[in-house]
Amino acid sequence: MTQTLSETPLVRWHQAHGGRMVDFAGWLMPVQYGSIVDEHVATRSAVGMFDVSHMGRLSVSGPGSQAWLESLLTRRVADMEPGRVRYTLITSGPADSDRGVSILDDALVAREADAADGTPRMSLVVNASNRPRVVDWLRSRLPSGGVDLHDATRDTAMIAVQGPQGVELVASLAPGPDAARITGLKTYRAVPATVADRCAMVSRTGYTGEDGVELVVAAADAEPLWEAIHEAGGPLGLRACGLGARDTLRLEAGMPLYGHELLEESDPFAIGLGLAIDLDGRTFPGATAFAGQRERPPGRVRIGIVFDTKRSARQGDLVLHAGRELGRVTSGSYVPTIGNAVAMAMVDREMSEPGTNLAVAVRDSLQAGRVVPLPFSRRKPVVRPLASG
Amino acid sequence: MAAEMRFAKTHEWIRPEAGGLATVGVSAYAVEALTDLVFMQLPVVGRRVKAGESFGEIESVKAVSDLYAPVSGEIVEVNAALPNALETLGKDPYEAGWIIRIRPDDPAEMGNLLERSAYDAMIRSQPH
Repeated sequence: MTQTLSETPLVRWHQAHGGRMVDFAGWLMPVQYGSIVDEHVATRSAVGMFDVSHMGRLSVSGPGSQAWLESLLTRRVADMEPGRVRYTLITSGPADSDRGVSILDDALVAREADAADGTPRMSLVVNASNRPRVVDWLRSRLPSGGVDLHDATRDTAMIAVQGPQGVELVASLAPGPDAARITGLKTYRAVPATVADRCAMVSRTGYTGEDGVELVVAAADAEPLWEAIHEAGGPLGLRACGLGARDTLRLEAGMPLYGHELLEESDPFAIGLGLAIDLDGRTFPGATAFAGQRERPPGRVRIGIVFDTKRSARQGDLVLHAGRELGRVTSGSYVPTIGNAVAMAMVDREMSEPGTNLAVAVRDSLQAGRVVPLPFSRRKPVVRPLASG
Repeated sequence: MAAEMRFAKTHEWIRPEAGGLATVGVSAYAVEALTDLVFMQLPVVGRRVKAGESFGEIESVKAVSDLYAPVSGEIVEVNAALPNALETLGKDPYEAGWIIRIRPDDPAEMGNLLERSAYDAMIRSQPH
């Protein structure tokens, strides 16, 4: 039996503009429109726009919603004010045991403006591939009252506008006061605004390592908003970007991808995701296990590797030193800003110092590489101070 | 383009040359499908290959593809400048973008391959 793929509200636009469409987590998505390298470079130098509507968008509302998420997420939620966004992991399993814990996903949790009756409204953005099991897990944990969970994925769309000119571009499509709210957003903050005459939730977040925003709109507003941004961005050098450039951008920025750097059984501290775990004074599924991991030095840690060739290592390739196996590549690709192939890998902690020379088995030959700190490339600093928390 | 040029289903082309040799490359369709070429691995001169055997690799940002020998024979020359000038494949896949020269064991083997019109029909019917 063939399974019909899900389609975002922008699928016709992608197909009409040369999008090479593939099945990604059950969604028909564009990998590229022309050259992945051109799309990547446009995002680093001007602005790139991405249809990320395939990602799961969950709404959690009701008087108990914030406290409920506080009891479930690895990140503190209880002190989030409206407009705040945080990166968190979603774990399942017992709180009080160091066994049986699974990392289901990484996610962004946000507190939006309160409902009219003064109760909190929260949202979660999760990976497309993990949405079904995250929803199943959350539903299994719902209390009998006070919390409503709604999967808003198909009612909405999400567009990422990333790059040094991205925030100004989106602000230029908003009326005066909203434009100021958008340009005034600190990172990891969100604000509702009218953009190209459509109601959008605008957050200063992204998955490229660049400045930029992500916009959530009603599904019916997706195409007009996308077209408006695309047209206004043309003179700036805006390119529509597919999943290919999304991956090279996030890899270059040293950002983890679930299923590669982050797995169900991962030690989050070993990967460098301790910032997603707020343990002190809190309990959540996996808290005991994570508390133990925080105290123990990990056997393997996440590193960056650069090569002197464009030939790429890929997930699963063995990392070696003097014939000894150190670990495996978790992600790898040629990346344009570096101009060569890079990889992230989990390797023995003793061999993880930047400057260490090692080798990676790429298909039938060994390829020399060097450990470097992450991220591989860093955007020019924004003058405005970054938000904390 | 010579009328005697033939194509493999795997998108390599082969063209007979003087002196019992043949030149091999990849089609414009294949190059266009790959985009973002970043790396190419050429074989060592003198290597013998069988028809359908991989003689090298071409890598784009997203994936690596094998290059398959259209006929059996001995590789007598490789385009050593090409891996450092991969854009040539996109600009001129049938002349300056040649990849290897081979001495076919049996020139008649080329008759098993697709003529240009049959290859064009094949790629027209492939999903984009």
